[in-house]
Amino acid sequence: MSSGEKYVAAAYGVVFLVVLAYVVIIAAKLARLERETAELAELARARSAPSTSNG
Amino acid sequence: MTYFADVAALARKDLRLELRARDTLPAMLLFVVSTLVVFHFALPADAGELAAQGLLWLALVFTALLGLARAWAPERESGALDGLVLAPCDRSAIWLGKALATFVFLGVISAVALPAFAVFFAPVSWETVAGVALANAGICAVGTLLAAMAAASRTRELVLPLLFLPLAIPLVVGGVGASISDDPGRFLAFLGLYDGVFALLCWASFEYVVSE
Amino acid sequence: MSTSYPNRPARGGRLPALAAVTALLVGLAIVFAFFVAPEDADQGISQRIFYFHVPIALTAYACFGWAAFKALLLLWRKEERYDLESYVAVHQGTIFGALTLATGSIWAKASWGHWWLWSENQLVLFLVLFLFYSAYFMLRFSIEEGPRRANISAVYALFGVVLVPVSFLAIRLAENVIHPTVFTRDGPQMTGTMFLAFCVAWVAITLLAYTLYRVELAGKRLDANLRELREALTT
Repeated sequence: MSSGEKYVAAAYGVVFLVVLAYVVIIAAKLARLERETAELAELARARSAPSTSNG
Repeated sequence: MTYFADVAALARKDLRLELRARDTLPAMLLFVVSTLVVFHFALPADAGELAAQGLLWLALVFTALLGLARAWAPERESGALDGLVLAPCDRSAIWLGKALATFVFLGVISAVALPAFAVFFAPVSWETVAGVALANAGICAVGTLLAAMAAASRTRELVLPLLFLPLAIPLVVGGVGASISDDPGRFLAFLGLYDGVFALLCWASFEYVVSE
Repeated sequence: MSTSYPNRPARGGRLPALAAVTALLVGLAIVFAFFVAPEDADQGISQRIFYFHVPIALTAYACFGWAAFKALLLLWRKEERYDLESYVAVHQGTIFGALTLATGSIWAKASWGHWWLWSENQLVLFLVLFLFYSAYFMLRFSIEEGPRRANISAVYALFGVVLVPVSFLAIRLAENVIHPTVFTRDGPQMTGTMFLAFCVAWVAITLLAYTLYRVELAGKRLDANLRELREALTT
């Protein structure tokens, strides 16, 4: 590859990588949100059935 | 016109406080002179007059930063800012009064810094003086509002320079240009434009900075 | 201030469709940039960087403008959701601003052999803006969450939008006297196909920014709603 081609590839590559990094961050956030929602679902269940809770 | 009476009262209060306490102004004066001396050692031997002109503006900007960090200190320390905000005066009057007082302080600093610069480095032209006056106005207008923003922050001494420096860049361009260019009028006009635009913006938005 | 994170089940369903259209358009833009548009006679292949670099820069400006618009709405209508929308827009603008600097720097190296050119007004302007909006985050995250933080962030976002033309003027003035132009940049004389490729890329990048904006906004709203839910369930 000529040096010109390398630079073009680098420029487009940077954009691509940043968007990919965004996807990774969103995926991590999704995992955290899933965990939180599960926790909150547990809390809600415990609340709505107090007689069977381990309180 | 109670608005301007309020502004005058607020500005006078700040000036009187400083005259009595005398803590900020002497420190700023010493700082600006020390900075100029440091710059002498920072400049290589063959650096021309032009480089020194640039450094004058650096000295002024950083000295202003020093003063601005303390701009709202009296109100913070006595909890008076809440009182002022609740007072029946227009909130923008608080900003204008504070900015005017700061302008006077910067004027005093410049009155010492410019002769010192003329003695240490190179003579100072009338265009430079005009540039300093116009730039000081911009620094006061924007700096006072930014200092109020920083006052709400946990890291206020750290965050104020970060907020201030990008907004100070056009002022430095205007000032240095007025000092060294063949057509200083353009740069002075630009400084006037900056002052007008940002003073208007600060005047209109200050009440949102201090209210909930 | 009224708390209102509107639940938008109908709009939420459109987000995947939006993302799909964006992906398609970005792909199309790449095809246009590399296979349809002719090679520039003067600059050779490195001119193709422009097809992304300029739209990214324009999109960054648009994000900052959008953020200022939402900030204005916040100060006027005082609804909490405008704070989040303004913040996410600033975030997107900063990301695209950083991308502008990166792609611009690579272009500068490809064309002139230097990673940075003070004579390139657009790049210098973006550097100043990048510093300004980076300080936005420093400011925002050092203030306690609440209406005060929202107001201050909004006023700062408005300052940013005013700074753009003022800084541009300053840089234009500076280049003639303080930093004389050593390298002149011949703007690419665009033929019809080149212009078409540019327009396709512009639409694609704008849509990309909007998609990322909506995704991030949805994530942050979810965060806030979950936090409210947690508070409601643990008291």
